[in-house]
Amino acid sequence: MPVSSRLVALIVPFVVIAIFWLMARREAQRSQDPTRKSYFERNGTTLGIVFILLVAFWTLFLVVLPYLYMVVESFHPTLPPPKRGGPEDVLTLAQYKSLVVLPTGGTNVTHMGAFVFSIVASIAVTALNFAICYPLAYYMAQAGSAQKVRLVMLGLIVPYWVNEILRAFSLRLLLASKGLINQALMAIGLTDAPIDFLGNNVGLYVGLSYAYLLIMIFPLYNAIESLDKNQIEAARDLGAPWWRIHWDVVIPYAKPGIASGCTMVFMLCAGSLAAPLFLGGPRTLWFTSVIYNFFFQAFNWPRGAAYSFILLIACIALVMLMLRLFKVSLGETIK
Amino acid sequence: MKSAWVLRGMIGFYIFLFFLYLFGPLMVMGITAFNTPAYPQAWPFEEFTLDWFVKLWNHRAMMEGLQNSIIIGLGVVALSVPAGLAASIIMSQIYHRARSLYYLVTISPLLTPGVIIGISTVIFWKDVLSVTEFTKATFYDGMILAVFGQSSFISAYCLLIFMARLTRFDRAQEEAALDLGASYPQVFWHILLPFLKPAIVSAVVIAFLSSFENYNTTTFAILADKTLVTVLAGEVRQGTTPALSALAVIIIGISLVGALVYEVLKRREQARTVRAQRAAILAERVEAEAAA
Repeated sequence: MPVSSRLVALIVPFVVIAIFWLMARREAQRSQDPTRKSYFERNGTTLGIVFILLVAFWTLFLVVLPYLYMVVESFHPTLPPPKRGGPEDVLTLAQYKSLVVLPTGGTNVTHMGAFVFSIVASIAVTALNFAICYPLAYYMAQAGSAQKVRLVMLGLIVPYWVNEILRAFSLRLLLASKGLINQALMAIGLTDAPIDFLGNNVGLYVGLSYAYLLIMIFPLYNAIESLDKNQIEAARDLGAPWWRIHWDVVIPYAKPGIASGCTMVFMLCAGSLAAPLFLGGPRTLWFTSVIYNFFFQAFNWPRGAAYSFILLIACIALVMLMLRLFKVSLGETIK
Repeated sequence: MKSAWVLRGMIGFYIFLFFLYLFGPLMVMGITAFNTPAYPQAWPFEEFTLDWFVKLWNHRAMMEGLQNSIIIGLGVVALSVPAGLAASIIMSQIYHRARSLYYLVTISPLLTPGVIIGISTVIFWKDVLSVTEFTKATFYDGMILAVFGQSSFISAYCLLIFMARLTRFDRAQEEAALDLGASYPQVFWHILLPFLKPAIVSAVVIAFLSSFENYNTTTFAILADKTLVTVLAGEVRQGTTPALSALAVIIIGISLVGALVYEVLKRREQARTVRAQRAAILAERVEAEAAA
């Protein structure tokens, strides 16, 4: 019987750890530093073991192995449970191919469309959020008095205690055809019939933007806050117009914060499930909704896994590209 | 002079719009919770009622979900706060070539969409627990998987919180303790842990809240069980009832009280530090005078 691919996935991380451990051992032997303490000397045996067990459980069983298993699963065919591990359970690229090609031979327009739409819409929402949040972040960090900033901060945080679902619900109440905005528009006579905000995806964009405002504003605020006010003063004294001050002084300085905020918002948008489910139009398909349906309606896990992996790769690639363009390292982004 | 006035007016207007965007939907939802029509309606306001709160209280699935959410939240706190703490300590001691790999692995859940974390958790544990009938029957359970899935990224939040605090740790304190004859574990329990206490408190709070309100990961990992948020999602999908608005009102109420308490406590602590500093300066001055 050939070695199961799932078993290989189980062993890989342990091999990596063993290699690193051996390298560490060799390095420790080579360095002749007498003050150097071994790990167990530094933490005590009991604590040392507890630390290692905790971290090993987390990183191996909650992070690395599930990811590896998902990837391995995505290279398997869709089979009923009794046939799993049987002779038909071979490695295959069928699940990946199905994103592009339909079983009947045509192009899979629906799923590719959902994929492209999710990515493009996420980028648009990220840009929108940056535009909305930047002025407030700048105000909080540089212009406002300490007391006002505290108040603004409080005002920012309180709505975010209400969870994502209820916030989506509140937007739905507002934007529905019987909702307050349509009532108001009809009352002042701007339209005769209600506008279908949810059907034409306005609800979706607003919902995504609304959900992740805070994620954008705090990194921006943190980055701009440490900028020395004198730099802005100097630029102003030298006669720079306000937009030059932002373009040439504030934004270059706040680049890591901007990259961090944009990365987080983009990732959260592309991976969001609630806003598309509750605020998207009936014909709108978000890529995560496609994945959701593979799991809960079609019970096609390998395909769901393959699509998830594609989404993950696409997100990471885009983020890396963005960091490259901004010339920011990943370490600066996550703090 | 006039342009400054205009500018200030514009900033004020912008902040007003921003907060209208932030609070408007919630306020409208809040009003619908007290209005009688069964379709949530803010205007016209027909009659004041508290019926929707009663309906909410009698909503069995939601109450069950609430209970599960709390249990899962406590489980996540119990798992991810120690894991994050241990990871941050190992991070500070690790063999340097392994460090970037270690960092990447521990931080990667933050860069992974929650949906994917949920899916991978279910796929992995289903396979692993299916090894024997016993493990499958006992441990292949939505509550346990939800704790595992959520802890995957909440531990990373905790790690970041602890790392931020650890960078401010003065190694001289540790050395002083060691010179005075303390063992390393004693340093951990009596020096490091008390130093980390504020970080532990925030990690516990953040871990519980993130767990409580998580949807993306939980909706997959929870399997056949339900949490408050997944019940809510089901309700919102099926239709709309003002009972949901009532729930939101309760949550906003609790969070406002929480925010106020936090603010008061913080003010009090600040006042205390200021007083302590003043006392210290005074004492020093007295000492200096006595010496002179």
